[in-house]
Amino acid sequence: MANVTLRNVRKTYTGGFEAIKGVNVDVADGQFCVLVGPSGCGKSTLLRMVAGLETVTGGEIDIGGRVVNQIEPADRDIAMVFQNYALYPHMSVYNNMAYGLRNRGMAEAEIKTRVAEAARVLELSAMLERKPRQLSGGQRQRVAMGRAIVRQPKVFLFDEPLSNLDAKLRIAMRVEIRKLQRRLNTTSIYVTHDQLEAMTLADVLVVMNGGQVEQVGNPLAIYEKPATTFVASFIGAPPMNLMSTRPDEIKSQLGGSATEADIVGIRPEDFVITDQAPAGGVALPLTVEAIERVGAETFVYGSREQEDQRVAATPGELPPGEIIVRIPGTDAPAIGQKIRVAAVRPKLHLFSADGRTRIEA
Amino acid sequence: MQKQAIFQSKLLPYALVAPQLAIVLIFFYWPALQAVIQSFLLQDAFGLSTSFVWFENYIELFREPAYFEAVVRTFFFSFAIAISSLSFALLLAVMADKPLRGSMLYRTLLIWPYAVAPPVVGVLWIFMLHPSLGVISRYLRAAGVDWNPLLDGNQAAGLIILSAAWKQISYNFLFFLAGLQAIPKSVFEAAAIDGARPMRRFWTVTFPLLSPTIFFLLVINIVYAFFDTFGIIDTMTRGGPGTSTVTLVYKVYSDGLLGGNLGSSAAQSVVLMIMVIVLTGIQFRFVERKVTY
Repeated sequence: MANVTLRNVRKTYTGGFEAIKGVNVDVADGQFCVLVGPSGCGKSTLLRMVAGLETVTGGEIDIGGRVVNQIEPADRDIAMVFQNYALYPHMSVYNNMAYGLRNRGMAEAEIKTRVAEAARVLELSAMLERKPRQLSGGQRQRVAMGRAIVRQPKVFLFDEPLSNLDAKLRIAMRVEIRKLQRRLNTTSIYVTHDQLEAMTLADVLVVMNGGQVEQVGNPLAIYEKPATTFVASFIGAPPMNLMSTRPDEIKSQLGGSATEADIVGIRPEDFVITDQAPAGGVALPLTVEAIERVGAETFVYGSREQEDQRVAATPGELPPGEIIVRIPGTDAPAIGQKIRVAAVRPKLHLFSADGRTRIEA
Repeated sequence: MQKQAIFQSKLLPYALVAPQLAIVLIFFYWPALQAVIQSFLLQDAFGLSTSFVWFENYIELFREPAYFEAVVRTFFFSFAIAISSLSFALLLAVMADKPLRGSMLYRTLLIWPYAVAPPVVGVLWIFMLHPSLGVISRYLRAAGVDWNPLLDGNQAAGLIILSAAWKQISYNFLFFLAGLQAIPKSVFEAAAIDGARPMRRFWTVTFPLLSPTIFFLLVINIVYAFFDTFGIIDTMTRGGPGTSTVTLVYKVYSDGLLGGNLGSSAAQSVVLMIMVIVLTGIQFRFVERKVTY
């Protein structure tokens, strides 16, 4: 049980590359913190710094009121679950879990109780004598979890633990991890590039980009009020539609205090297909380019007449001028049809020209 | 998984393997067969008459005390060479595996000695340790050590073991380094987080995970020490002083070519051949099964 505090943490490699550019994060005791961001954003590096596997070149990492910058990984009282599980291939499941306890000189009887308890929780009791290679991906993942929980550490660290699993198992394990963490009430830091995992697991969500924290907060609060265009397009699938207000009709529709905004973002589900332009909102004419029906909802891909409406430098997948509209059910306009979509004022996200500042209208 | 190539002509596949088969037949099977035949023959001292004597050469050989001395000596040399070169190479590989500046350079330097031919290795070590020429010998003598491998059999044996092991370090190093790099880094990291100190990490994680490599290299090194040390022995000691560095292979050479006893020499090489077959058999049998984790 401990809180984890990162104070202006930095990592500069010997070549001069700055991987982490001053990160401040505060994870309270028992909270589940998720670091999310595109690959190369530094989230894994940051986690490995907390684990003690990477040196800290600036700032302080504080676990349970103790600065651990110079402390060996073994003495930080943390446990880590690796992406490739990092099980000891030559040891049985039992020994994999017992290894960390034996290294700390725990009595065999106590080890046995702890491993048996972890195995029961993770439904591994029947396979304690097996070697990792005789297990499925999901079982290996659970052994890796077991190795972490038998230690009863202050903090769990997860480095993309689910990305080697297939989609179905990933969802099941995601729920398992959350339930387990709630029950053990152990402070956890979890790294993922999957925004859905991030949204569903986090008490505190930390969105990272280019070695910096873009936004910290409750996942739903971030979803509802993204602070930057990066966060806006990274959190949420399909991504938020981001459009420049400058060269076209959007700005004239906005009016009022929103006139200094240069970028407007609208989530696909906030559009409605309608001919009525809502007051203070935005209405756009679109030509339907493609339709994706996934059962409960349908995605309409439309193009706008004007080019260059899309804001660059986001991890979104849309080409410029393309808009995604998400509508419930399966009723959708035909391809090639000209439609009008509209979003009401409270659903608009306004940003400055560089996308770094959110403007509250 | 088996891939099956489809050939239009039935002769083509045979034609393709023919050159390799020819090489193996002419340079391996044929001399081997010659040796087997020779081992059943006895020649008189002048090579004028040859008679077929069945197993007499073998019986004679096994009655000869010098042969048993050579057997014991060869096994001792082999294990000494294998174990010293394996452990030193493993130490170097573990060190070189660490992320250090310029690691490519000294990895390359550590591999180089493998390209040196055995007789050259012999000459190199002679320059260093010859009682009157050697650089190191002078310091040894200055330090009060009665260093003279030309007269002292034990010192000569030590010299052979040292130089043969030195040469093999590069080869072992290469395999160990590859073996170490095949182990995911995260396994070592997990062990570090699990509270295992470096020495314990080595013995409980690195060493067991390298055991297939170690076993493979052990067999390879023993075979090397049995056969490929001939060049080193011939340049450094010629089996001497006395017979203190005569190994089985060197005995084949000295009895046959120097002593003119072709029958016994052939019988000895047949015995050696059987040993290699057994060693290779062990290799194939165990490398696949027992040692894998």
